[in-house]
Amino acid sequence: MKRFISLMRHPRIAFGSGVLLLVFIAAIAAPWLAPHDPLEQDLLNSFQPPVWSGGDASHALGTDSLGRDILSRLIYSARPALIVAFIAALCAGILGTALGLAAGYFGGPIDSAVSRLVDIWMSFPSVLLCIVLAAVLGAGLHTVVIAIIIIDWTRFCRVVRAETMVQKGQDYVASALTIGLKPARIVTSEILPNVAPLLLTLFTLEMGIAIVVEAILSFVGLSVSSGVPTWGGIIQEGRLYVNQAWWLMALPMACIVVAVLGLNALGDGLRDAIDPVKAR
Amino acid sequence: MPASYIFRRLLWAIPTLIGVAIVVFVLVRVVPGDPIAMMLPPGATADDVGRLRAMYGLDAPIAKQFVAWSGEVLRGEFGNSISLRDKVSSLILGRLPATLELVVVAVAAACAFATVLAISAVFFRGRWPELAVDAGTGLALAIPDFLWGLLFILVLGVLLPWFPISGRIDPTLDFDPATGFYLAEALLRLKWNILGNLLSHIALPALALALPLTAALTRVLKGSLIDVMNQDYVVLARVKGYSRTRTLWRVALRNALIPTVTLTGVQFSFLIGGTVLIEHLFSYPGIGNLAIAAVTQRDLPLIQGLILTFAILFILTNLLVDMTYGALNPKVRQT
Repeated sequence: MKRFISLMRHPRIAFGSGVLLLVFIAAIAAPWLAPHDPLEQDLLNSFQPPVWSGGDASHALGTDSLGRDILSRLIYSARPALIVAFIAALCAGILGTALGLAAGYFGGPIDSAVSRLVDIWMSFPSVLLCIVLAAVLGAGLHTVVIAIIIIDWTRFCRVVRAETMVQKGQDYVASALTIGLKPARIVTSEILPNVAPLLLTLFTLEMGIAIVVEAILSFVGLSVSSGVPTWGGIIQEGRLYVNQAWWLMALPMACIVVAVLGLNALGDGLRDAIDPVKAR
Repeated sequence: MPASYIFRRLLWAIPTLIGVAIVVFVLVRVVPGDPIAMMLPPGATADDVGRLRAMYGLDAPIAKQFVAWSGEVLRGEFGNSISLRDKVSSLILGRLPATLELVVVAVAAACAFATVLAISAVFFRGRWPELAVDAGTGLALAIPDFLWGLLFILVLGVLLPWFPISGRIDPTLDFDPATGFYLAEALLRLKWNILGNLLSHIALPALALALPLTAALTRVLKGSLIDVMNQDYVVLARVKGYSRTRTLWRVALRNALIPTVTLTGVQFSFLIGGTVLIEHLFSYPGIGNLAIAAVTQRDLPLIQGLILTFAILFILTNLLVDMTYGALNPKVRQT
């Protein structure tokens, strides 16, 4: 608890966890928080402006081209965003960390194979690869998750590999070797805990990236079907009517920008707070 | 930069290109959704489907298809597009100049902005310009180019309608270009009104692409400028009576550029990938926009050709970055 309070003293960590908590609450409690059904159409009341520019109070943030309540759609959109961010970042993290640990600890042919793979991977235009993958796998949330894992494991792999090589030179690894621990044991129970703080930072940053990728794929029409509201999907609709109803595009953008800035702040804040050199 | 080095680098690119080609070729062949069936009207017989499939060579085993396709690629042909019913090579060549112009404008803008921002941050060290530059680069790096593009559409295209938000040129303008390089041609033919129109169309997409690169360049350049300013030869220049401005521009900048190019090389290739979304966002008629259309249409030959084109652009960008590095750094030039 004491540790938690001292972390919350960092303004960036406090801001970032606040944003994450907000998205989390919106995702969990969407049915109770949302004033309307996000799919309920009301064609007579389409393009209602938000309440501050003369709209009706029952639709606080206005309605879209089919008269659906924007506030409700934004709240429900937190669900796909959070699911994708969490699962994709977690799986990409596990895959990248496993390969990075193996490459960094064992070196030799394993290291050169993994490093070469990372190099080839990074020479691909990631947005294009993502879109092709989405086309191959068919539209849907699972596609977005798989595409992010396939593309972004390299981020974890590169950092973990470098850090493992540093850790391997430390005395505690030599001691573990002298008392006869097996390499697999050293990697998982000795090196991994020392890499973990770094992983937490990478994980947080990756969640921000995943939210943007989900929005991009929704925008291009390759994420979930149009029945499920997503921030990217609402932006894509808003782009069509941007000259009539600019808020349709601005509101979901604000959600994404706040979420991404929050996760970035959290990641950067954690890095600085955990890094013993900077904390001093 | 010796010619043999460039040649070696180009040779190195061949296995990468072959790898990319194989991956893409296999990948697009497991796409669910039959592009051939989509081409025919409802009620076509299985016979018709089979005939069309044979026409596009999609009935042969995959290894055989690959060999046939590689042979064509070596002759500069990428097959025929299914959705646009045209040769893939001419479709790509027709769109490529638009993308190249966008990339060149974005890179030039990023380099110019970054130089000015980094130098003013170092010149006004510890005062508000430095703080503003630091905060701005942080924000520009945290928000991806896709969101910047949307933001520009909203603010500079709609709320303050200063710039057009779609297309490359006003279609009502009387401009009959001989090549795809509209900007270069308008400039060379001294058609100022057309040049202005082209620039106003390219401004927002180029800016959205340039922002993350500008931020990365500014950060690294600022850091290395600060390092260089403490070196003996810079102090010597000051002692010899150079003004601070002149020392910064003439002595420090040149030396600070070397680490900047090394550390930001990979950012330049990110910019190429970024064109895909930005072009789609601004309905800009380049190869990135074409790529998204090809994917949504399941146009296999076009997707293959485009990805290979992007891979080539990537490799060439990296080579250019390396050559710039060599030209800047005399140590590399001699070896």
